[in-house]
Amino acid sequence: MAAVRHVMEFERPIVELERQLEDLKRLDVSAQPELAEEIARLESEIEMLKDALYSALTPWERVQVARHPERPKTQDYVAALFSEVVELRGDRAYGDDEAMFAGFGTLDGVRCVVIGHRKGKNTAENIRRNFGSPHPEGFRKARRAMLLAEKFGLPVVSFLDTAGAYPGIEAEERGQAWAIAECLETLAGLRTPVVVVGIGEGGSGGALAIGFGDRLIMLENAYYSVISPEMASLILFKDPQHAAETASALRLTAADLVELGIADEVVQEPRGGAHRDPALVLAAVEAAVSRALRDLLGVPRDELVTRRQARLAAIGAAFVRE
Amino acid sequence: MPVSDWFRAREQRRYTVASPKTASADLPDGVWLKCAGCKHTVYRGDLEKNLNVCPHCGHHTELTAFERLLALADDGTFEETDATMTSTDPLRFTAAKPYAETLAAAREKTGLSEAVVTGRALVGGHPAVLGAMDFRFIGASMGSVVGEKVSRAFDRARDERRAVVFVTASGGARMQEGMISLMQMAKTAAAVRRFSDAGLPFVAVLGNPTYGGVTASFPVLADVILAEPGAMVGFAGPKLVEETTRQSLPKGFQTAESLVRHGFVDAVVPRTELAQTVARVLDYLCAQEVPEAAEGAACPVPRGEGS
Ligand SMILES: [Zn+2]
Repeated sequence: MAAVRHVMEFERPIVELERQLEDLKRLDVSAQPELAEEIARLESEIEMLKDALYSALTPWERVQVARHPERPKTQDYVAALFSEVVELRGDRAYGDDEAMFAGFGTLDGVRCVVIGHRKGKNTAENIRRNFGSPHPEGFRKARRAMLLAEKFGLPVVSFLDTAGAYPGIEAEERGQAWAIAECLETLAGLRTPVVVVGIGEGGSGGALAIGFGDRLIMLENAYYSVISPEMASLILFKDPQHAAETASALRLTAADLVELGIADEVVQEPRGGAHRDPALVLAAVEAAVSRALRDLLGVPRDELVTRRQARLAAIGAAFVRE
Repeated sequence: MPVSDWFRAREQRRYTVASPKTASADLPDGVWLKCAGCKHTVYRGDLEKNLNVCPHCGHHTELTAFERLLALADDGTFEETDATMTSTDPLRFTAAKPYAETLAAAREKTGLSEAVVTGRALVGGHPAVLGAMDFRFIGASMGSVVGEKVSRAFDRARDERRAVVFVTASGGARMQEGMISLMQMAKTAAAVRRFSDAGLPFVAVLGNPTYGGVTASFPVLADVILAEPGAMVGFAGPKLVEETTRQSLPKGFQTAESLVRHGFVDAVVPRTELAQTVARVLDYLCAQEVPEAAEGAACPVPRGEGS
């Protein structure tokens, strides 16, 4: 288990007990025989509390886990799941957006095109990668990679982890909406399998641009939402303090998405979140992606596209009344 | 929608009603309106005759979906489709207030069942499917119904070999339907793809304002993109951009005119010329069944060879 530096707000009571436990352990047990008993009692209490807390995280708590700075990032998945990786850079129009990864990689013997939002692991890297929020160039690079995949018959594996497309002046002036829409149109008709993995944040249109396909696998604590809970709170309550409430109302968790027929599969995370045991999570995701690819590679291309479009057409159709 | 409802909806438009200082006292309330562009007092009848474009400064005031459609369609040809479709509140969403109440209030206020109106019509004599969004209905946000109606519009146009002309005005995705709303972006983009693959033309008209998940889905995938003068169009709203970047926004940021300069819109077309411009574009794009004579004229085939 990895040592975790960043403590989330809802974990503070447990961290406080753990500190008390550490203090007790530093005392001389031989001098006070009842101390050993006290330590054992506290240890089991902490275990029970952890079980109770982490087995029933609220949607808002899951959003915080999804945003945890030490959570495995797209680059971790690329490095762990794929061999013979070749990175592709640039949108062939303006520049290269480091908030978006694109490249080739081989997973379990299957050659793939890999795309994904790329947050940084520290402040310097985050600044370079714009905290994982792409400009239009990022989406255009991703689209370029999608078209390569189609042309050369390679499946696409996409990793979602963004707070959203970057709301900047230049991003707008260079056609953020156009770049996203073109990705959607391309994905909708792409004649090759597309497997999407929600690994952290799935922030609105910036996530959706590379965020749908033939299979959507969600990590247990990843979220995918039309709007951030804070922004929804600001709009609906005129106050950002109701994010916990809007996070629940938005139905943005992995389990919600399965229930709504949008996600196919949930990959369980270790107690406390993916950052507690990244190796375990990387292996579980590899297995899930590998299974999905094997399933989809046998499907004729036309049928794949027909099925994908039929599935999209059905989303929401059951919720209208005429 | 019966015509009487349309008139009722028309009466409920948001205007700044000016106190009729210059008008005689016996005129009924609301006959004189103050233009938000030039602050002139305008006679309501003149404004309406001019499609809500100020005769003094050309400022474009909000139009309802029906006003937009009737202004585009050839006289008497518009026939609405999917008119009664409503949302069933898929998430049973409640935050601040129940979504069901928001929906009911929007229906009451506008006389519409949802934020988009679609139908068949002729435009400049061309068979088309028309659509227009109505900003009064929860900011014309796109949820399950808007997504479904837009998708059906494209599928219907494809099946019936019609062009599509769509006028947008929307704040973006309907947050009260959560991920169902977000997925409508993909759903409508997929519908455009199917339609476009059939070789049929799509003309979009971006109205004020068009933002978020609506901009970034079906409209900007059009073959020809027009916009109304002064329309604000973008992905992120200007306030969010300003707050995120802590920079002051350039003059004309996200206006239709600046989008033409940046290469994302083909033309800014005044409302009073819109029907005519759309018809002219369709004259070019609806002629894909090339007659033999025209084919010969464009690219002469040597006669008597090989046959
Ligand atoms: Zn005026």
